[in-house]
Amino acid sequence: MRTALLPEFSVVRDENRCIQCRVCERQCSFDVYSYDAGNNLMVHREENCVACQRCSVLCPTNALVIKMNDYTYRPNANWTRESISDLKKQAETGGVLLTGMGCDKPLKNYWDHILLNASQVTNPSIDPLREPMELRTRLGRKADHLEIRNGNLEVPDYPYVDLSTPIMFGAMSYGAISYNCFKSLAQAAHEVGTMFNTGEGGWPRELRKFGTNTIVQCASGRFGLDLEYFNDAAMVEIKIGQGAKPGIGGHLPGEKVSAHISQTRMIPMGSDAISPAPHHDIYSIEDLQMLVHALKEATDYRKPVSVKISAVHNAPAIASGMVRAGADIIVIDGVRGGTGAAPKILRDNVGLPIELALAAVDTRLREEGIRNWASLVCSGGIRNSSDIFKAIALGADAVYIGTAALMALGCTVCQKCYTGKCAWGITTQDPYLSKRVNPEIGTQALVNLLRAWSLEIKEMLGCAGINSIESVRGNRLQLRGIGLEDWELGVLGIRGAGQ
Amino acid sequence: MKNLSRVNNPYNDDKVISQCSIFGMMNTSGKLISGMQCITAITNMHERGNGLGAGFAIYGIYPDRPDDYALHIMFDTKISREETETYLKRLFDISFAEEVPIFPTESIINPPYIYRYFVHPKLKDTHEIVDEDDLVTRRVFKINTSIEGAFVFSSGKNMGVFKGVGFPEEIAQFFGLEHYRGYIWTSHGRFPTNTQGWWGGAHPLSLLDWTVVHNGEISSYGANRRFLEMYGYVCTMQTDTEVVAYAVDLLERKHGLPIEVVMDIFSPPVWEQIDRMNSGDRKYFEAIRNTYGSLLLNGPFAIIVAHHGEMIAHTDRIRLRPMVAGIKGDTVYASSEESAIRLVCPELDKVWIPTGGHPVIARLKGTEGHDVVEGGREIPGTIVMEV
Repeated sequence: MRTALLPEFSVVRDENRCIQCRVCERQCSFDVYSYDAGNNLMVHREENCVACQRCSVLCPTNALVIKMNDYTYRPNANWTRESISDLKKQAETGGVLLTGMGCDKPLKNYWDHILLNASQVTNPSIDPLREPMELRTRLGRKADHLEIRNGNLEVPDYPYVDLSTPIMFGAMSYGAISYNCFKSLAQAAHEVGTMFNTGEGGWPRELRKFGTNTIVQCASGRFGLDLEYFNDAAMVEIKIGQGAKPGIGGHLPGEKVSAHISQTRMIPMGSDAISPAPHHDIYSIEDLQMLVHALKEATDYRKPVSVKISAVHNAPAIASGMVRAGADIIVIDGVRGGTGAAPKILRDNVGLPIELALAAVDTRLREEGIRNWASLVCSGGIRNSSDIFKAIALGADAVYIGTAALMALGCTVCQKCYTGKCAWGITTQDPYLSKRVNPEIGTQALVNLLRAWSLEIKEMLGCAGINSIESVRGNRLQLRGIGLEDWELGVLGIRGAGQ
Repeated sequence: MKNLSRVNNPYNDDKVISQCSIFGMMNTSGKLISGMQCITAITNMHERGNGLGAGFAIYGIYPDRPDDYALHIMFDTKISREETETYLKRLFDISFAEEVPIFPTESIINPPYIYRYFVHPKLKDTHEIVDEDDLVTRRVFKINTSIEGAFVFSSGKNMGVFKGVGFPEEIAQFFGLEHYRGYIWTSHGRFPTNTQGWWGGAHPLSLLDWTVVHNGEISSYGANRRFLEMYGYVCTMQTDTEVVAYAVDLLERKHGLPIEVVMDIFSPPVWEQIDRMNSGDRKYFEAIRNTYGSLLLNGPFAIIVAHHGEMIAHTDRIRLRPMVAGIKGDTVYASSEESAIRLVCPELDKVWIPTGGHPVIARLKGTEGHDVVEGGREIPGTIVMEV
């Protein structure tokens, strides 16, 4: 049956400019274009277009414009075009609607309702071009206090990782993203002196030389896990939840499980890789504690262990339990966190904005006097360096970026990651497509991004009269809210503008 | 307290071109000296203040009651005094109490009532085994946060803080400080910018026998404060300087760290310097930055911290506020301006500008280490402890 859906996008071709070079046909992985040799014309199947913009960007004569389809249903504030389309798709297919990337609903973005402080005459700003500005961040448990015994300073030997800048690449597994992207992230983290996260899909052997800059995940699927996997890395992360799809697991379709992925994940080629929602050995906080300590035991207590959860309603209480269970680092992933594939209904309706969850967790850990016991990392929709600065002032030690890193590699957030047809070669295992990311060029783009954001963070530090990122952590006096209700200011723990 | 800023800044000027002044002097032999030198010196820096706050801390002033906690308390009203005294009688043994003698001056208008109580905390009312200092600290916070119109601004033994809204010379005259003798004198002329001038917010800021006078602004205040709150410190004085007093109390009294280490925590070297150090020093600074990164004091500051037996002059690590140190015989001086020192002691054995982040520490002779140390930390080594 022909689909009864309106095409989402229109392809507008300027025939005067088009030279029938067929680049658009070769570049489009969603079969929008074909060539009618008889009439020497390019033909469009607009209903397939996802607006990834690959064709328009690479068209040598700028003959293509992709825009929203003007056709519309009768305007209705309740039955929007999206809700009608979703309903019709389900009537046609009888299935759960899938989507990729993070929540695109117009939830209030709290970063945009927070303004930063700047120094003036009584407290001079500091010029980062002339004075040292410190972004180095150490993740891991901290001692409650130091002691001097017999004239010696006693230093507790808690494991840690050092970051040259408080920005890390969040978990994106090999399988969800292409090998070239995965390699770009690993190389860039190494070059900058920060961390990349293997996600739950194993860790190819040839990339283990970047071990000092690698976080390995222990997720419910346990793909690619062995003792070497843990010990070759700098840090181990237990993944409980993910912001884009709290409370559910992952699924890599069998057709994506190539020979190399099969070897990396230690599963048969062509088999579906299912990571269930719960770890089947974790049904309580006590179980989590046992896994944390099992991993510490396996790594001889030399690696910090983090636990990642999605931001949910009682995240502060959960985080408190995780810290007491021995987690050295707590990761909270907000509702705008990205994903390769998620049920659309969950992505758009489950979880909390990371800004509120982060502030609430930091406050709770401080109230309980255990903030030193773990570092706090937040993720989920970090878009720029000011989001990072604000996150740190709300209480984070560092952030993960995911979607932003993929954008540096070419992603245009067309939200079709789950199809495996990513035209930019990012979320695909198709060798023809994945070659579109050159790992050396990709590395440079990521290094550039982190460098640019780090420079901007230094500028923001300087304007606040602060020369070390440590003095921003939890320093909510550097923030003011605007356009926020009292309860929102209360959760964020910040004053309103002008106060 | 009463809205004294209206009295002292009647035109509500946003800015008066001026700054804070700090001055400290210590006799390292422990000889009690008159405050005239200190009063003269701080008065010489009149132009650095604007009359919205000044104060003095003096050590060794109550030799007849050396073991009693001397609580200096200011009250808005008689009712707040009665309420506080009921509280004190319930939780402290009071050996002596009196109104602090004052010498009214024209310029000090509408001052609070100021009393001092020489006390010992009663232990019987608590089920916990805690040391006396902790009990006093806790009860001071209790008064400051729960009794309307009462404020404890000095709580150490054999020392006292005298402060208020006015210029230093006015406050000295108001309290008749020329009648007191002590072996450490620190003082402050204040130009408050973050908060209105009020009696409790004038410097020195103190807890137990720790006092701090400060010139500058601590831009890490929010981070420092939230860290200290985890350890039970309640910030009540509406100024950034109190975090320094509480941090010193936490680090030196409760965590048992030497003052040199405390100053390294406040102003550690930058990471790039630490990377170039030898293994022992590197481990030491990594440990203190790792554990106490939230107590790094950021922003411009020059402080004089004092407690029994020690006076420490210290600036931020990129030295955004002035500090001069001088020595004459067994007297050590620290000041915002050299002119103030020269005025009271024209011939100095040594005068110098300390390096940013390197404290000048003056100690009583006969105590461990040298009587004056500059930037010298004396931690022989670090041990990595298995956990």
